[in-house]
Amino acid sequence: MNAGPQPQSPWQAATIARIEKRTPRVTSFWFRPSRPFTHLAGQHVDIRLTAPDGYQARRSYSIASAPEAGAGIELAIERLDDGEVSPFFHDVAEVGDEIELRGPLGGHFIWEASEGGPILLVGGGSGVVPLMAMVRHRTLQKSAAPVALVFSARVWDEVIFRDELIDLDDRRDGFEFVLTLTREQARRPADSSRRVDARMMVQAMERLPKAPRLAYVCGSNAFVSAAAEALIEAGVPAGLIRTERYGV
Amino acid sequence: MVTRGFFSGRRPPSDTDERIPPGQYLEQGFPVLSAGPTPRVRSEDWSFTLKHGPKPVKKWNWAEFNALPQSKMTRDIHCVTAWTKFNTPWQGVLIDDIFADAGIEPPTAFTLALSFDGYSTNVPTADLVTGKAMVALLYEGKPITPDHGGPARLLVPHLYFWKSAKWVNGLQFTERDEPGFWELRGYHMYGDPWREQRYSSDP
Repeated sequence: MNAGPQPQSPWQAATIARIEKRTPRVTSFWFRPSRPFTHLAGQHVDIRLTAPDGYQARRSYSIASAPEAGAGIELAIERLDDGEVSPFFHDVAEVGDEIELRGPLGGHFIWEASEGGPILLVGGGSGVVPLMAMVRHRTLQKSAAPVALVFSARVWDEVIFRDELIDLDDRRDGFEFVLTLTREQARRPADSSRRVDARMMVQAMERLPKAPRLAYVCGSNAFVSAAAEALIEAGVPAGLIRTERYGV
Repeated sequence: MVTRGFFSGRRPPSDTDERIPPGQYLEQGFPVLSAGPTPRVRSEDWSFTLKHGPKPVKKWNWAEFNALPQSKMTRDIHCVTAWTKFNTPWQGVLIDDIFADAGIEPPTAFTLALSFDGYSTNVPTADLVTGKAMVALLYEGKPITPDHGGPARLLVPHLYFWKSAKWVNGLQFTERDEPGFWELRGYHMYGDPWREQRYSSDP
């Protein structure tokens, strides 16, 4: 019997190439897949951990790196104390470890610079990760598409990618970084110190040359609900708002 | 491939093992996922339309729909994002009873569920009938909250939960198996959790 070519497993081994702490609760892991792929900004991968007795745990993580960043992808993983996968990454994983990964996945929460702008991005906490891939993609493509990122974090030290975002904001090349802190006073003059609301969305949109073509919102369910309602109240049609919720 | 240093995990109690499909973990809460903002559909604006292709077969308003025979279903549900929740109690109208009230025998083998927010998802007609699926109106005896798809959501508990369309406002018989919202975006056409049919490349 000729079995023919075996279908390739969608899972592949990826080697952890680099680890870097981003904030007290978020660490970035760079993975080098054995079968490299090109993702789209906003896509995610599934990660699967296997115990010696065969037990498996899988989770989805958004890709933080731009598609054109080169071999390997960055995942910025937040430590969830009651989690079973994120504590493994924070406490156990080391450079050189092999992890099983599947992807890239997702065909809705994506943006390509060639689609143009203006685009409004709204992220809460580690919900900024897929939005960061879009911002980096825009930069590496030297895209002129106007993009505003509203990023809500609890405190200054928990602003993931903070220095990079401030540097990009300082270029004044059509990227606008709007930061709000919910448990601390703002440090930059144009930033806010409150939860996202319609007024904040209006102010963010005033920094775009015209109304956004699409809005992308990512974060916890509570954050996404509040941000999406703020956008609608600020006049963004519901049909132009794409959301990605962590589920909890 | 065994992962170096991964031992603990959140193993389900062994007596529940056979109820948890491969790659899933047991969730006690009820996570919320959706592709866009939560629509607020008032019951006075709500309606449900059964269509064969573009042609409406029958349309019910909220009161008419609630007057259809009500059934209860308590089922385990499985989300493609890997959580499984046991014993979710629903009440609503079996798809069988919707078809019976419309006086129609399913004319095609394929169905698209349609929602107020433009969402759609395909389900074979055979997976909707013989007591397998309902349009749910109550969860734990109370109106379904907007986050979870209220006022009414489809419930097809034996398939991954994206098939259980939130904010459902109709069913449409189609001649061919037509992909819906997520099926056009990389997710599986059928979505059987026991065969781990998550993405379109899964067998």
